[in-house]
Amino acid sequence: MTRRHMLLLGPLLLFLAAAYLIPFLGVMRWSVTLPEPGLHQYRAALTDPLVQSVIWRTLRICTMVTVITVAAAYMLALIWVRSGPVARVLVELCILIPFWISVLTRAFGWLALLSNRGLVNSWLEALGIIDLPLVMVRNEFGVVVGMVHFLIPFAVFPIATAMRNVDERVLMAARSMGASRARIFWQVFVPMTRPGILGAMLLVFVFSLGFFITPAILGGGRSVMVAELIYLRLFQSPNWGLAAAMSVILMAGVGLLIALLLRQLGERTAR
Amino acid sequence: MARTERKAAEIDATGIGKSFGTFKALTDVTLTIARGEFLTLLGPSGSGKTTFLMVLSGFEPPTTGRLLLDGRDMTDISPEERGFGMVFQGYALFPHLTVEENIAFPLKVQRRGRAEIRRRVAEIIEMVGLGGHGHKRPAGLSGGQQQRVALARALAYEPPVMLFDEPFSALDRNLRSQMQDEMRRIHRETGTTFVFVTHDQEEALTLSSRIAIFEAGCLQQIGSPRDIYERPGNRFVAEFLGDINVLPIRDGKLEGREVTVQGDPDGDLAIRPEYMRIALQAPAEGNAVAARLTDLTYLGGVTRLNLRTAGGAELVLSVPTAELSDGLTPGAEIWATWPGERAFML
Repeated sequence: MTRRHMLLLGPLLLFLAAAYLIPFLGVMRWSVTLPEPGLHQYRAALTDPLVQSVIWRTLRICTMVTVITVAAAYMLALIWVRSGPVARVLVELCILIPFWISVLTRAFGWLALLSNRGLVNSWLEALGIIDLPLVMVRNEFGVVVGMVHFLIPFAVFPIATAMRNVDERVLMAARSMGASRARIFWQVFVPMTRPGILGAMLLVFVFSLGFFITPAILGGGRSVMVAELIYLRLFQSPNWGLAAAMSVILMAGVGLLIALLLRQLGERTAR
Repeated sequence: MARTERKAAEIDATGIGKSFGTFKALTDVTLTIARGEFLTLLGPSGSGKTTFLMVLSGFEPPTTGRLLLDGRDMTDISPEERGFGMVFQGYALFPHLTVEENIAFPLKVQRRGRAEIRRRVAEIIEMVGLGGHGHKRPAGLSGGQQQRVALARALAYEPPVMLFDEPFSALDRNLRSQMQDEMRRIHRETGTTFVFVTHDQEEALTLSSRIAIFEAGCLQQIGSPRDIYERPGNRFVAEFLGDINVLPIRDGKLEGREVTVQGDPDGDLAIRPEYMRIALQAPAEGNAVAARLTDLTYLGGVTRLNLRTAGGAELVLSVPTAELSDGLTPGAEIWATWPGERAFML
């Protein structure tokens, strides 16, 4: 890239600096100055039992979401990459349509489906399968469902790319040796797509750490995650210094994971 | 199928045809691959040679025809059950496994014992000359070494037939001829039936006990390298395998001079460049044609001469340099001669 081409990046860098970097520097300043200078807000953030329980819940939900999302995305990508044209178009629609609907609309959609008087519970009751409604929202279950639904498309792309890179002849070689389909899938195909799986896992995990709207709506204030807690400390029971310290901790965690992700991607392209 | 008990198998293909939509990739191919032979399928790209190999492997079911393995019908048997060893262009190694694990893979599929697998892997690694590389991943090996792993992996379970799809096309010239020598040695040592696809004529001549020439989806000729080179069955085979001079004959005469012709006195006479010689004066008798020397290329032991006859036919001669006089330069008016028994009609 020539220097003149680099100039084209200028407006973007300027925007990022104005919209993210400078405000974040401000947040970092708050975290060590409010209400008085020092690191006590970080100490508070890391020792407060409420904050600790929220961090644990966030990690637990994000881990579950990551495992379920990547497993589902793997199956979807498998159909997308390795089946006939009709199935391929169907999968493409399934991946693209969610992108056109806002995250808010989708969260309320799940609420309409899963709430105590929602579609799923009324059907199950009408069919006589259950007497009392299943509690599927205002808890972690609802949060996980909503987050998985949002994140699957993001996991499909890296996995599908890895699957497309698998040389068909390697699979043929395995077949010629008499290997069964199951053995080829688990011992050849899955290991060969490992870079895509790892990339998708990191991507989904990092993404899910900062989720706000979906847990706020489907968790109904009972399954508070880190981002929502930060919001509460800003606007409900104000303690801006603590909110700022939690933001910085979250950013540091996300930054660490992104560094890992980039290293993983770097290794994949180097190979 | 008890595939481990057979060392080498015989294959009979009868009337094999393969169509992809309206495109006929193979038409009525009938041939027998003898037990333990080294058969090369040779042809230009798109000639159907690879399709025929895929039919043999079981990955492409033929549209017509039958395949027999040791006299038993295997046309509808899956590639997994055929258990032929396959070596692909681009090697097709398992990138996440080490050299040893790659070679052990088919043995594990066959549920051989641990001790036997270890012994067999060590033995085969020695055989293909990969000693000391057993714990490396394919990405850490050179192209030639990866090719050896692919060969070892396919040989490990002693398949009755080995199929090769242009395995050396990515290797440089030196490595290639080295691998060809190894290939012949391994073929001798294992005694297995080898079927080898290539578009390289020299490779086919070097390696095979027999060559099958394909063109436009049809088997043109099958025979020993010498047969095919010296007695090509048709014009395509004659021109595809090495250089050949083609001279139009009318009424038993070439440009007014009587020549030895077997069969039809009208047609095209073909002579290989290395069987033609030059004469500075018109020979009193024998086969000859007057020509002007247009170019001369010194190649060490032999010199390549390009000639144009009075009638306008282009000739190529490959003459031992020792037989040529020094003063020969382009523009010289000379004669090209040949022994009658080395010429054949196309």
